[in-house]
Amino acid sequence: MNYSIIIYIIGWILKAEAALLVLPALTAIIYKETAIWSFLITILICLAIGIPLTLKRPKNKVFYVKEGFVTAALSWIVLSCMGAVPFVISGSIPNPVDALFETVSGFTTTGASILADVESLPYSMIFWKCFTHWIGGMGVLVLLLSLLPLTGGYHMNLMKAESPGPSVSRLVPKVRSTAKILYGIYLTMTLIEVILLLLGGASLFDSLTISFGTAGTGGFGIKNDSMAGYSVYIQVVVTIFMILFGVNFNAYFLIIMKKPKKAILNEEVLWYFGIIIGAILIIGWNIRGYYANILIALQQSAFQVGSIITTTGFATTDFNLWPEFSKTILVILMFVGACAGSTGGGIKVSRLVILFKTIRKEFHQFLHPRSVKKVIMDGKVVEHEVIRTINVFMVTYLLIFTISVLLISLDNYDLITNFTAVAATFNNIGPGLELVGPTQNFGLFSNWSKIVLIFDMLAGRLELFPLLLLFVRDTWKKF
Amino acid sequence: MKIIIIGCGKVGITLAEQLSEENHDLVLIDTSAQKVQEIPENIDAIRLYGNGASINTQMEAGVDKADILIAVTGSDELNLLCCLIAQKTGNCQTIARVRNPIYSKEIGFIKERLGVSMIINPEYAAALEISRLLRFPSAIKIDTFAKGRVELLKFRIRPEFHLNNVLIKDIRRKFNADILICGVEREEKISIPDGDFILKDNDVLSIIASPKNAADFFKKIGLKTNQVKNALIVGGGKLAHYLANLLLDMKIKVRIVEKDKARCDELNELLPNAEIICGDGTDKNLLLEEGLPHTEAFVTLTNVDEENILLSLYAKEHSNVKLVTKVNRIAFDNIIERLDLGSVIYPKYITMDYILQYVRALQNSIGSNVENLYHILDNRAEALEFAVHEKSPVTDVPLSQLQLKDNLLIGCINRGGKIHIARGNDSIQLGDTVIVVTIQKGLRDIRDILKK
Repeated sequence: MNYSIIIYIIGWILKAEAALLVLPALTAIIYKETAIWSFLITILICLAIGIPLTLKRPKNKVFYVKEGFVTAALSWIVLSCMGAVPFVISGSIPNPVDALFETVSGFTTTGASILADVESLPYSMIFWKCFTHWIGGMGVLVLLLSLLPLTGGYHMNLMKAESPGPSVSRLVPKVRSTAKILYGIYLTMTLIEVILLLLGGASLFDSLTISFGTAGTGGFGIKNDSMAGYSVYIQVVVTIFMILFGVNFNAYFLIIMKKPKKAILNEEVLWYFGIIIGAILIIGWNIRGYYANILIALQQSAFQVGSIITTTGFATTDFNLWPEFSKTILVILMFVGACAGSTGGGIKVSRLVILFKTIRKEFHQFLHPRSVKKVIMDGKVVEHEVIRTINVFMVTYLLIFTISVLLISLDNYDLITNFTAVAATFNNIGPGLELVGPTQNFGLFSNWSKIVLIFDMLAGRLELFPLLLLFVRDTWKKF
Repeated sequence: MKIIIIGCGKVGITLAEQLSEENHDLVLIDTSAQKVQEIPENIDAIRLYGNGASINTQMEAGVDKADILIAVTGSDELNLLCCLIAQKTGNCQTIARVRNPIYSKEIGFIKERLGVSMIINPEYAAALEISRLLRFPSAIKIDTFAKGRVELLKFRIRPEFHLNNVLIKDIRRKFNADILICGVEREEKISIPDGDFILKDNDVLSIIASPKNAADFFKKIGLKTNQVKNALIVGGGKLAHYLANLLLDMKIKVRIVEKDKARCDELNELLPNAEIICGDGTDKNLLLEEGLPHTEAFVTLTNVDEENILLSLYAKEHSNVKLVTKVNRIAFDNIIERLDLGSVIYPKYITMDYILQYVRALQNSIGSNVENLYHILDNRAEALEFAVHEKSPVTDVPLSQLQLKDNLLIGCINRGGKIHIARGNDSIQLGDTVIVVTIQKGLRDIRDILKK
């Protein structure tokens, strides 16, 4: 284990966080809020720790998969802990566990909140909350990679650890350029959404914070009723952008490279849109009686489906009141998640597609025991290793899920609440059903359960293994 | 004695060289005419071209009058067959080289029921030697005498031992250690030193001592004596398999890098507790990733000698680990020695030593009384263990008064299981076993140590 480079990168993470905290500090100046002090103090703490750690460039620059995983996990933990400091200092969220929950929920783009009354927070705090979504969406390590002059291909290992999905592909030969392109696409799409929202009459503050939440597929509402109070135009814009941010960013790169056909014919993207359209139509039909006409029902259905499948977690209506069939579909969509290589969470469409193809292959193997058949995705053979990793991922996923539900059941709430609370945090969505439904919040859980859910959010965002690796003894051994 | 050697490969030739130097009557047999022709001129022996497992060939070689038949061809089965035929036709002792792990589990049966006198497994012997080295990593080479009561250890003097410019006779006083320095290698020169010899840094010392005294001495000069905790092995052949088994028994963590995927699967099955890495051992990054900078022992056992040597050199650059390098084929011992690779294992010498020991012991029952023999100091000197069975000019005389040959040293005396490092006023008595270190080869009796 190359500790020196891990510490060096964590130092840079702290410096980056200090830089990012400047934005909410500016917001505090604009709105003349006293919360400015809490941001300034946090910036100083970050710099005080970060600068000494990065003074010396480590000689040993080797960086293997395990260093990548450990760095990613530790970076996210450090990032979240420091991100929670302003909430505690300013007294907005006095309980440190609550503040950590809120920050982790932000960075992991979950959007689950413990606050009953968001609107009572200072503007700068709301801005910081939503801004964490935007940072966490594409990943802070990817941001570092695009800015820092770290040379060598080793840093692909960092990107692998932080980027969602079973495999990460380079768009261009250099990791740094790949990271830059990803952030370029991310930034451009966010800006387009901000402009569209401004055109719809939203204030600049609202446009920015909503866009941050959409882009990172986070879903912190800035209003107590999430998105219900906004105009239909704004809701539709948000619906479209949520779904767009759930698409594999490789597809956008292909479009930029003027290969739109290849982008659209991507199997995962096709399945993703297929699932979304199917779900919208079924739920729209199922809830048609709850709304004035089928169009409004479809629009509401589309918003909720887009919000849940991309793991954003905005809500325009209390879907907890919908018929059981629709609620069940939404819960299933929670697990499906967005595309690999997007900003969304969940199991990911590509994993599910490969799993279904594996099942089909297994049936084929029963019928023709000696036949040789490979799983094909996008016209390419999926290697056995990839399938194996996905299978292990699924088993681990179910294991953590089960244990988490068991652990938070100590708080003695009903099963649907516990089940959807874990599903909503583990898949980085936000709202669940019943007591943690869209109009409720997570404040009711004990500190113990919140810690379990914090773990789930981090594990879900980093795709299980980086975080779990921290608990394996061999990781810390030299040989 | 009359000795027949079947198989003129690496081991066969080295063995013949040694035995011919010791004045035995040799017959060498090989199925390849070319190999028979290529037998070096300095070997004084009959060369026969033919199949060693054929009765006619064996009769031609005079198997009916031979004392020992040694079968060291490349095939286990052929070796065993040669031995079986030799026993039926003649009345000689037989030695077979058998390297397949399946047979090595059945050595008991082969010896008892098939009547083969000795089975030698070069890989297993080498693995044993390596495991001994890893138990005590500071030594370059370790041999044992008197059933393990005495060790002959070889190590290099480092500046931190403060042995530079020290007289050998002062060592005992300075460190209060009961050890005997029986050989010094400096650059190319080998000497069996007396008390006035001055040690220098970078000399390679061979010492004789009991294991406890040796450990004491090493502690005093500041040499680490702890067994290694983990080992990185490159190359997953039979030797690696035997070695991993031995090391795992010693609670040493083992990681094996092997290129061939199928062999990796097989190794994983054979050694569930070892970590098997499928990859090219010559891949620098792979080695670094798999913990080369952090391992305590680095053992190179690939089939390519050059690769092993280069890998060890690379590892030496990168960390301060215990290096063990296997060299199968290359004959440039002295150059390899100069590279300071730590321990170099020559399986062919190990095989040869085992066989020579047996031959000598057999000879002992006929006329000599050498109990044990080791080649030390780069094969240029011998350490011999003699049993003293009868009264002679060497017994009951203080050692300081014996007229010993040049470059000969009496190491220690084993009297009733107690080890005495030989000092001037000790004397050899009846029933002792005595360890003698000498550059002259071919000593057959304790009386041979005296000047004629």
